[in-house]
Amino acid sequence: MTIRLAHYLRMNHMPHMWCPGSGIGIIVKGILTAFDELSINKNDLAFISGIGCTSRAPGYLDMYTLHTTHGRALSFATGVKFSRPDKNVVVISGDGDSTAIGGNHLIHACRRNIDITMIIVNNNIYGMTGGQYSPTTPTGAKAATSPWGNADHPFDVSALCKAAGATYVARAHVGSGVQLQRLIKGGLEHKGFAVIEVLSNCHTQYGRRNRLADPIDLINDVAKKTVNVRQAVKMSEEELEGKYVVGLIHKDESRKEYCEAYDEVIKRATASR
Amino acid sequence: MDKNKNIERKVVFWPGNIIVAEAAIAAGCRFFGGYPITPSSEIAHVMSKRLPEVKGKFIQMEDEIAAMGAVIGASLTGMKAMTATSGPGFSLKQENIGYACMIEAPCVVVNVMRGGPSTGLPTAIGQSDIMQARWGTHGDRPVIALTPAYSDEVYSETIRAFNLAEKFRTPVFLLIDEVLGHLSERLEIPDPSEYELIERPRPTVKPEDYNPYDPSFGDVPPIADYFSGYRYHTTGLNHDMTGFPTTSQELGQSEQERMIRKVMSKVDEFESYEEYMTEDADILIVTFGSTARAAMVAVSDARAAGIKAGLFRPITLWPFPEDKLRELSKNIKGIVVPEANLGQLIYEIQRVAHCDAPIVGVNKVGGVPIYPNEILVKIKELV
Ligand SMILES: Cc1ncc(C[n+]2csc(CCOP(=O)(O)OP(=O)(O)O)c2C)c(N)n1
Repeated sequence: MTIRLAHYLRMNHMPHMWCPGSGIGIIVKGILTAFDELSINKNDLAFISGIGCTSRAPGYLDMYTLHTTHGRALSFATGVKFSRPDKNVVVISGDGDSTAIGGNHLIHACRRNIDITMIIVNNNIYGMTGGQYSPTTPTGAKAATSPWGNADHPFDVSALCKAAGATYVARAHVGSGVQLQRLIKGGLEHKGFAVIEVLSNCHTQYGRRNRLADPIDLINDVAKKTVNVRQAVKMSEEELEGKYVVGLIHKDESRKEYCEAYDEVIKRATASR
Repeated sequence: MDKNKNIERKVVFWPGNIIVAEAAIAAGCRFFGGYPITPSSEIAHVMSKRLPEVKGKFIQMEDEIAAMGAVIGASLTGMKAMTATSGPGFSLKQENIGYACMIEAPCVVVNVMRGGPSTGLPTAIGQSDIMQARWGTHGDRPVIALTPAYSDEVYSETIRAFNLAEKFRTPVFLLIDEVLGHLSERLEIPDPSEYELIERPRPTVKPEDYNPYDPSFGDVPPIADYFSGYRYHTTGLNHDMTGFPTTSQELGQSEQERMIRKVMSKVDEFESYEEYMTEDADILIVTFGSTARAAMVAVSDARAAGIKAGLFRPITLWPFPEDKLRELSKNIKGIVVPEANLGQLIYEIQRVAHCDAPIVGVNKVGGVPIYPNEILVKIKELV
């Protein structure tokens, strides 16, 4: 059997550890397809993650892969990218990893506008640790630590990243593989900090607690809640309540990328000598 | 460091923090990730000015955790990288320090110690992070910590910190304190010909034969720079020689043992300490860093008063120079351990020293250094 994109995979480390039906596989395929379409050489590519189910992706990919500490992937990625601005640096991270423990690093990477592509797999739950509620778990939803319904209020991750200064923000969902690939590709091509939030399914930890145990049901439920950006502009705030806007949400090519800005620092420092 | 008498050295009058920064650059450090904290901030100030002058990279991160992460990321690309902080920031860095130990990434962590716990005394001396350096991150791992006491030593130990980090593929701590960090002293900057710079072992095998933790290359396996053609996986999970996760008990045991052995089996090569009048000493003072300067005076004062006192000053504090202390403590009548904390090093001395003689501390916190006469009083009490 020939497997497309196998040149980016470590086939000797299969099978992967994800639950059958988990959306992470679709997302990884989207990422690899984008790499392939852009002919990104795996020798020029660092793929970095934190801790969680999502963050186990690097182990299966044949490139420079760095599985770091919980929430901190972006700080390591910043060190790699800033040292080697000529290389591609991609981060993958769960919603807990990126917006709870790693929230500070996320907003500052957005602000800094360093040329890293960040894929946030938002499955609305802490998958790996057994289904505790995360900063993106909807209010009222059940989780291992909200058996009576979540009292907390969720983040709108894409809005957060846009507000923090990310110069490319897109959202997609696992039920729409083509759009997902296109938006990831756009993020990779963008010079600056790019966030692609992917609404995903954790039927095992989130679905089973919320009457959506079948992955298809959960993916459909996720899809049902999305509305395309082009549609969204025509909708009122009340109509958008509880909806996730998908598509290219924000793109700004006017802001200088961080490593390029620092090159100018080097120029000034070396000229004054 | 071999001092060559015929070399004309540049003479400066610098505080310790500036010396650390300049020595780091001389050692080949080209990446600094930091977060401001007193009394270490001057190191970042100098690095932010000097690094771009040598085409290096300085970045002020959003917190100390991020600074540590960035330093490790830079190290993986082959850069000599450093961060500098003080107590609270050192606490925040601990998880990522353990990560650097686990993946065996060379880097240097400077801690300009201040009073603790918590915010404590930001602008005043403390020496209370030595056990945090030893045990701060979770899990068993090797620890190298250097504690210079004089300006020329701050320079040479900073260079040595980079050399040891590269040689052993591990984080190295440079522990100074507020007094050393801010005290300006005359320094003759050594000429580059007077010291050696060490680079990490890098692979020479074919990329397809490369394993990042291959024991056939000894206890310190070669580490490939990212993007050098050797694609590999890095994880903080227990891993086998290929770098991929394993839950094998045998491999978990052997890999952790190797990590500790790579340092402990070479202790003789980098153990360092100063002895002052220890040959005939009845009373031995054991201390480190700036407190040792007061101890030197106390020894002279004691000798003037007819008491045979001597000083043993570890420069490589961790691993502790056990054999030497054991030897020195054989025929001793008492040991005094002055330290600007409420008793940390004394535990190590009690563990190591082979004597029935009393071991007493001189402990002072609150931000004022220990004075020579405070040590002298304890010496006199012992005789
Ligand atoms: C410092 C630290 N705290 C907690 C954990 C435990 N932990 C591991 S994964 C995880 C949550 C992962 O959730 P998420 O980021 O949403 O990713 P998912 O597993 O859902 O893909 C937590 C809390 C840890 N490894 N390290």
